[in-house]
Amino acid sequence: MTQATTSDNQADSGGAVSHSDLYAKRKQIYPKLAHGRFRLVKWIVMAVTLTVYYAVPWIRWDRGEGIPDQAVLADFASEKFYFFFIEIWPQEAYYLAGLLILAALALFLVTSLLGRVWCGYTCPQTVWTDLYIWIERAFEGDRAARMRLDKSPLGFNKLWRKLGKHAAWLFIAFWTGGAFILYWHDAPTVAQGWLSGEAPLSAYWFAGILTLTTYFLAGTMREQVCTYMCPWPRIQGALTDEHALNVTYRYDRGEPRGPKRKTESWEGRGDCIDCNQCVQVCPMGIDIRNGSQLECIHCALCIDACDEMMVRVDRPTGLIAYDTEIAVAARSEGKPPPRVRLVRMRTALYAGLIVAIGALMLFGLMSKATYEVNVLKDRSPPFVRLSNGDIQNGYALKLVNKSTAARKMSVSITGVDNAELKVVGLESEEMMRFIVPVAAHGVDRYRVLVVVPAASDISTINFVISDLDTGEEITNRVPFQSGER
Amino acid sequence: MTDDNKPVDEHSGLQTTGHSWDGISELNNPLPRWWLYTWYITIGIAVIYMILMPAIPALPGLGTNTPGLRNHSDRDNVSLAISEMQQKRQSDATALLDASLRDIETDRDLQQFALAMGESLFGDNCATCHGAGGRGAKGYPVLADDIWLWDGTLEGIETTLRHGIRHEEDEDTRFSAMPRFGQDGFLTAAQISDLTEYVLHLSDRSDDPEAVERASGNWVAQCSSCHGDQGKGDRTQGAPDLTDADWLFGDSKRDIFDTIYHARNSHMPAWEGRLDDASIKALAVYVHSLGGGE
Repeated sequence: MTQATTSDNQADSGGAVSHSDLYAKRKQIYPKLAHGRFRLVKWIVMAVTLTVYYAVPWIRWDRGEGIPDQAVLADFASEKFYFFFIEIWPQEAYYLAGLLILAALALFLVTSLLGRVWCGYTCPQTVWTDLYIWIERAFEGDRAARMRLDKSPLGFNKLWRKLGKHAAWLFIAFWTGGAFILYWHDAPTVAQGWLSGEAPLSAYWFAGILTLTTYFLAGTMREQVCTYMCPWPRIQGALTDEHALNVTYRYDRGEPRGPKRKTESWEGRGDCIDCNQCVQVCPMGIDIRNGSQLECIHCALCIDACDEMMVRVDRPTGLIAYDTEIAVAARSEGKPPPRVRLVRMRTALYAGLIVAIGALMLFGLMSKATYEVNVLKDRSPPFVRLSNGDIQNGYALKLVNKSTAARKMSVSITGVDNAELKVVGLESEEMMRFIVPVAAHGVDRYRVLVVVPAASDISTINFVISDLDTGEEITNRVPFQSGER
Repeated sequence: MTDDNKPVDEHSGLQTTGHSWDGISELNNPLPRWWLYTWYITIGIAVIYMILMPAIPALPGLGTNTPGLRNHSDRDNVSLAISEMQQKRQSDATALLDASLRDIETDRDLQQFALAMGESLFGDNCATCHGAGGRGAKGYPVLADDIWLWDGTLEGIETTLRHGIRHEEDEDTRFSAMPRFGQDGFLTAAQISDLTEYVLHLSDRSDDPEAVERASGNWVAQCSSCHGDQGKGDRTQGAPDLTDADWLFGDSKRDIFDTIYHARNSHMPAWEGRLDDASIKALAVYVHSLGGGE
């Protein structure tokens, strides 16, 4: 899909790769500060996403006695995941799968509409790198100053600026890792314990890992993460198409490019004055005029840089803009550009899938039962013949109570005459009916025996478990074995 | 890594290794640097590992392998872990020691604890003979049914666990001894054959009334004192019921003949001393819950 616009600007296309290229050193990128609407949007997005990241673990959500009151919490110790009103138990992990599928589809949809806006604005790698570059700029100045500083010999000036920058980076990295562990434990408790050295070892461990990854990924590795480590740029090629609104250099308007004196006429030449501003602001170190590229994260800073220059040379803005491949191609052939089509087969499919899966999950969450019953038949022995010839099967009865109140459940069996039910450790209330207490918000296990007269030829029985207060009833059909089959 | 004398591949412009097989030569591309450095690091780690951990096996003249600076031993760690686990169990299990078996079975928390503990102990110590879940095998009784040779109450099961069956070192062991009627010459093979028919007739399985008739004298003289006149057995003497469908050593004519001729008298070890008191109590509750507890 790469549009080769100018041959002279194409970086060494093909040809032999020498050994030195294979071991080529990374070229340090010094992104220049851009000014404009997209830079403003990025500042706002950064502020919002960072606030969300740091603030969310502190939001409280009352769930009742003995249950964590943290709005968003992955509680590994008691194997629950909390998200505001949603509570997910281990056996409901499909909701998490659904959530991930929704996230993936949303990413697909956005990519097919607007290209890599995720990469350009909201990806943590982008947000933290942006934050780190901001700090770098505060200590070392903008692009030209930074390049000068790096070339200058080590002196007091260079030393304190570098030390200050890395100290500030490490400080932010530390708070990033520290905030991460708040999502896995009760935030106030773990924050207090963390400082007094009483938090679990895993908290220190993960905070340490996140501190280091933040420091290295956002501080020193930066664009290499996107280009070499992240799978998204590869997947992206399959998701974007010529209808997607991407950050695009409109070569139909810009070419032929070249430097221009004020006295020269615009006649017979393109609008691009080859000022290189789009390259200088690029955090990925690429030239957007080479067309859509694997490295481009579509942060739109080159649009800001170019617009600023276009205003200065008194030409219309938008030489670099969100545009589609087909529109640029059509204009360069002198045809009117086709209308931007937001509703396409692909986007409609993604949107439809998002709505369908979202609705399915919402329905599931709304109609979730407040308790669950699992009856597991003993595998060994498969059945037992009693002295009078009756057949006995053993079961493990597991009652999962998802509500915050203790309950009383009635357990009985149907589906066979003269069957006898026993719950180990409990006395029968009345005709083969047991009242079993179930603790609040937990799983209770009972050992259950069922005895059936020798003559009855059955292969299944039904366990009926009902809540004595609410009348909710669950019937569980389980196998009954009465001979070697 | 580049060597000016090496031939150069004309298509790619890269050096080759100089080796050629059927006209195909291998490009002399260097290893990826990340790969090379990772390899160097692993070599470094291996050296450090050899210094810190046991690495070199016993060589002639050396009594044992090198212990390494950390003096690491998996064997010691395992025994340490086992003793730690036993200590932990001991402290968790004090609640079991203080409670009666009936209390353990009816109190929810104690029951859950005892069943979990009993299940793992049963798997470690008992299932070898009695099978998973107490399903039993020939010569090893089913523990999940309601047929008990000695006693199927909680206390009875605990006693059997503590003292074993025919465990001679234990004075309180469960004991009974059926004579080896054939082997020791008390009865002839023909008489035992008739007695076998008699035993089969107790559960209505004999088709030789004459043999039953011939054996009735011997039944009264030799068998009924323990197994009872009707062959219903006697728990106090450890004599099994011969009228039911449950046969520990097999229900065929051959099996029953062998039992009378040689006697069986199988063993179960006493677990007192091998397992602590809390473990024995937990096991008693677990076995009682398997399905046949009285």
